[in-house]
Amino acid sequence: MEFIETLINGLSIGSTYAMIALGYTMVYGIAKMLNFAHGDVIMVGGYIIYVGLTVSGNPIISFLAAVLSCIILGITIEKVAYRPLRGASPLAVLITAIGVSYLLQSSAQMIFGSAPKMVTIADLGSISFSGLTIPVYVLVTLACSVVIMTALTLFVKYTRTGRAMIAVSEDKGAAQLMGINVNRIIMITFAIGSGLAAFAGLFMLMKSPSLSNTLGAMPGIKAFTAAVIGGIGSIPGAMLGGILMGVVEAISLKIPVIAPYTDAIEFLILIIILLVKPTGILGKKRREKV
Amino acid sequence: MALLEVKDLEVSYGVIKALKGISFEVNEGEIVTLIGANGAGKTTTMQSVIGLIPKKSGTVVYDGEDITKTPCHKIVHLGMSQVPEGRRIFQELTVYENLLMGAYSKKKDDKFDEDLENVYKRFPRLAERKNQIAGTLSGGEQQMLAMGRALMSHPKLLMLDEPSMGLSPLLVDEVFDIIKDINKDGTTILLVEQNAGKSLAISDRAYVLETGSIVLSGTGAELAASEDVKKAYLGV
Repeated sequence: MEFIETLINGLSIGSTYAMIALGYTMVYGIAKMLNFAHGDVIMVGGYIIYVGLTVSGNPIISFLAAVLSCIILGITIEKVAYRPLRGASPLAVLITAIGVSYLLQSSAQMIFGSAPKMVTIADLGSISFSGLTIPVYVLVTLACSVVIMTALTLFVKYTRTGRAMIAVSEDKGAAQLMGINVNRIIMITFAIGSGLAAFAGLFMLMKSPSLSNTLGAMPGIKAFTAAVIGGIGSIPGAMLGGILMGVVEAISLKIPVIAPYTDAIEFLILIIILLVKPTGILGKKRREKV
Repeated sequence: MALLEVKDLEVSYGVIKALKGISFEVNEGEIVTLIGANGAGKTTTMQSVIGLIPKKSGTVVYDGEDITKTPCHKIVHLGMSQVPEGRRIFQELTVYENLLMGAYSKKKDDKFDEDLENVYKRFPRLAERKNQIAGTLSGGEQQMLAMGRALMSHPKLLMLDEPSMGLSPLLVDEVFDIIKDINKDGTTILLVEQNAGKSLAISDRAYVLETGSIVLSGTGAELAASEDVKKAYLGV
């Protein structure tokens, strides 16, 4: 019984990672850049929820405000910081992304101070059935994630914009020859990724109410690891990698001997998987043109 | 009236001048070919005309509209389409999805089914393989798909960049037949080829490009008979 509880908990941690990993992987696949500020968008989302709760007291309104703010933030970051660097060296883009990350963290610290805020979203309690006791927030996280991942998969596969995203990720030039506005597609990608970051922020605060300006840092790195494990650029890969990381984390935390080394174990998995399959589990090797 | 009018087009890659001010035109209904050796600037011409790479100076007028500064995706919406060098089909998508991408610039109900049927009629192999992942097609089939994809936007001007590259002699003949056919059905064609003999044979007019400049022009038959062209490109 305890194992099943741990597993379910792991799935919920994993879906939080998956939410974040999707942002990394989609931006990488489509804009061919690592958006290292992505984790900090989660943190901004967290603070918006905090402000929303303080002002309105309504968790739903606060959360919707966070989603909207994150989307606007993501689009702004792309437009102001990354778009002027399109075609520049990857190192310039990378260092800019790290700069944006510090900018967001420092701004949050200036505005809200460095002491963590307690954010109690709503006490949902837990439910018990057939010997299992599971906190309701875990079920909410799981349900939201399943819906979002399904919707995203369908969106990419079956809508005009979704297919345009695949086209841009494969060949920007050929995509333009189809009449696709690449800048618009990249903007939409950032909007989706940042919206998902707001969800991740909500899930994290439901799990543990402590909010500081480094909220997104470690989960950001772990989710990025998850995206690489699954195969960076691959949407199902990000989901799989995220879930895998979460389950490993939950199980590892339950075993006293190895619990202190949980983070190390997660990164060890990355190393092992990359040794066996350098493109990640679902990553594809792009065939060179003949 | 010229459908496409290129004047003094210059393109540079850093300090290297790839095009040193070329001028040419394509009239409605024609097949016009640019021939030239590797590195002459043929692909650069194609990509800069459609807005994929920036122009340094010069003007491009298409269908009476100045498109010198227009971004590529908007030019495509104006009815210009290109089969790029190396085909560049979307390998992870199916044949059908590739054709769907070709119609991206059109509204879904905008004669999509009719266009699709026409493409399948012209390329029966694509109909047989419509649910196959495009990356698993043979080279010839990929070329057919690239051409079909470009036709899905029923363009007024179709540009083909080295459509015969890497194909077997039999398929090369087939590709040139199809180009002639597409032209007969009312599409204006701008062709870039290294296969000078076959392309001049189907061209109304042609230009010879040499290290970024146009050095010769004339009707397809004139150029095919020209001593210079014979020596340099036809190997006789």
